[in-house]
Amino acid sequence: MSGAPAMSRWRGPLRLIVKRIGLAFLTLFLVSLVIFTISGLLPGDAAQEVLGQSATPEQVAALRHEMGLDQPGPVRYARWLQGILVGDPGQSLVANKPVADIIAERLPNTLTLAALAALVSVPLAFLIGIASAVARGRKLDRALNILTLSMVALPEFLVATIAVLVFAVKLLWLPSIALIPKDPTLAEFVRAYAMPVMVLTVGVVAQLARMVRAAIIAELDRPYVEMAQLKGVGRSRLIFRHVLPNAVGPIVNAMALSLSYLFGGAIIVETIFSYPGLASLMVNAVTSRDMPLLQACAMIFCAAYLLLVLIADTVAILANPRLRQG
Amino acid sequence: MKRRSLLRRAGALPLSGKIGLALVGFWILAAILGPLVAPYPPGAFVSEEVFAGSTSQFWFGSDFLGRDVLSRLLVGARLTMGLSAIAVAIAVALGTGLALTAAVGPRWLDELLSRAMDTLISIPSKIFALVLVAAFGSSVLLLTLIVAITYVPGNFRIARSLAVGLARLDYVEVARARGEGRIHIALVEMLPNMIRPLCADIGLRFVFIVLLLSGLSFLGLGLQPPEADLGALVRENVSGLAEGALAIMAPAVAIASLTVGVNLLIDAATQGNVK
Repeated sequence: MSGAPAMSRWRGPLRLIVKRIGLAFLTLFLVSLVIFTISGLLPGDAAQEVLGQSATPEQVAALRHEMGLDQPGPVRYARWLQGILVGDPGQSLVANKPVADIIAERLPNTLTLAALAALVSVPLAFLIGIASAVARGRKLDRALNILTLSMVALPEFLVATIAVLVFAVKLLWLPSIALIPKDPTLAEFVRAYAMPVMVLTVGVVAQLARMVRAAIIAELDRPYVEMAQLKGVGRSRLIFRHVLPNAVGPIVNAMALSLSYLFGGAIIVETIFSYPGLASLMVNAVTSRDMPLLQACAMIFCAAYLLLVLIADTVAILANPRLRQG
Repeated sequence: MKRRSLLRRAGALPLSGKIGLALVGFWILAAILGPLVAPYPPGAFVSEEVFAGSTSQFWFGSDFLGRDVLSRLLVGARLTMGLSAIAVAIAVALGTGLALTAAVGPRWLDELLSRAMDTLISIPSKIFALVLVAAFGSSVLLLTLIVAITYVPGNFRIARSLAVGLARLDYVEVARARGEGRIHIALVEMLPNMIRPLCADIGLRFVFIVLLLSGLSFLGLGLQPPEADLGALVRENVSGLAEGALAIMAPAVAIASLTVGVNLLIDAATQGNVK
């Protein structure tokens, strides 16, 4: 039967992928340990902080008992981790609502924003990256190099400020606050998201374009490219049929890295445009020192990052034909 | 001799590198001399008008309280540059120090350190910094330590791969056979050969740290008033955005010119090395 050899050809990659998944879970577990130690164990007495200086020692002791703060560290960590795992990371200290409810409200907004930004920036970055790799060393390449090099270093709040000045203040095209009405029409949706997405895109495009260029150039230096050129393969066919498939590994890795940059960018962008997402929620949690909420947000961002890296690793493993021989 | 060769190397940079060098040089000078040449005390209310435009009296206009933007900018630039420089020094000392320890120490220690750094590096840096700020607050000292610690794992990773590569080279083997101690091998044999390749990483880390520090201050989680770095200057004048006030644009552009300048300089300098 032809099925058996085909299966055994995939056994190597599958084993690697399972290993990667295990490693990702191990890392996430260690990350949870770091986050809880920093935000749950090291800072002072949360009960004292909630009640203020005027509380009597008895009141503080009672609240400490209620919050479980009188338990030893490992017990508190185990209880917290269990809460996260079953989807109940506790009660928000400030909003007095379950953390899960608040996050459920905000998370879809951030996912929408990130997805839109990725949708815009990935094709744009490929265009720039491929164009400069093909024009390697020539004027276009050098100009794009300096452009992306500068874009990477721009603080998001400068890009946002300029965008607001141009599109909201001078041209009056877009609102300076991203208010999303319920059941928006397409026009309302585009107007609300245009600026946040634009600002997030700048950094991601620049970073990804640089890595795409580097990945393609590394391939262009390999002997098979010269071989194909001598065979008379045209330039676009060379890039799209020969080079890009071979560069899939480093390129998906670059995509995971630069998309994870979206989280950092979202912190500033959501705050500037008063966008009700997870990142601005996390900033509020820091300001109000709402630790259960902060810990849950941090865990979501870390899990999302590890998931991106895991997907990139998986794609790279599946795309590498050398791993496929049984 | 050394001075002339440095000058010649600066002259050999491509135009983008020269622009980068000029921007970096300008901001270093501004950070050192700025507060001395500032026309007004940074906290003084000198203008009748708030968010005034550029005049001969106030080159960059006035801020939301009628203070001189140029003077506040010069003082803020010193804070941003100074704190970032200290943070980079701490980050690189810790990262490279641990990397050398991992390279010359016993195998289990290398495994342990690498595992720990891999864990820290999978926490996105801004998220990590927010957790640290929430836990410890943001006094000037803590803030500097926080942004430094955030960028230790990245430096560790690069320094460790350099150090492990060096540890396999013959001359290190020879030193080991000679009976040199581990500390001698790390500091005398290996470290001097790591400094040049680490320079580009130090520059990039400086850019990250300036952006993180400014970002935190912009969010109101960084330096607290009356202390104001460049990010805090952007934040405090945010109400002038609708009128396009210079008070908000000037500090934001200042940060960008510094970070873009460092990036251009590193890019030009490292390309020169390759050729």
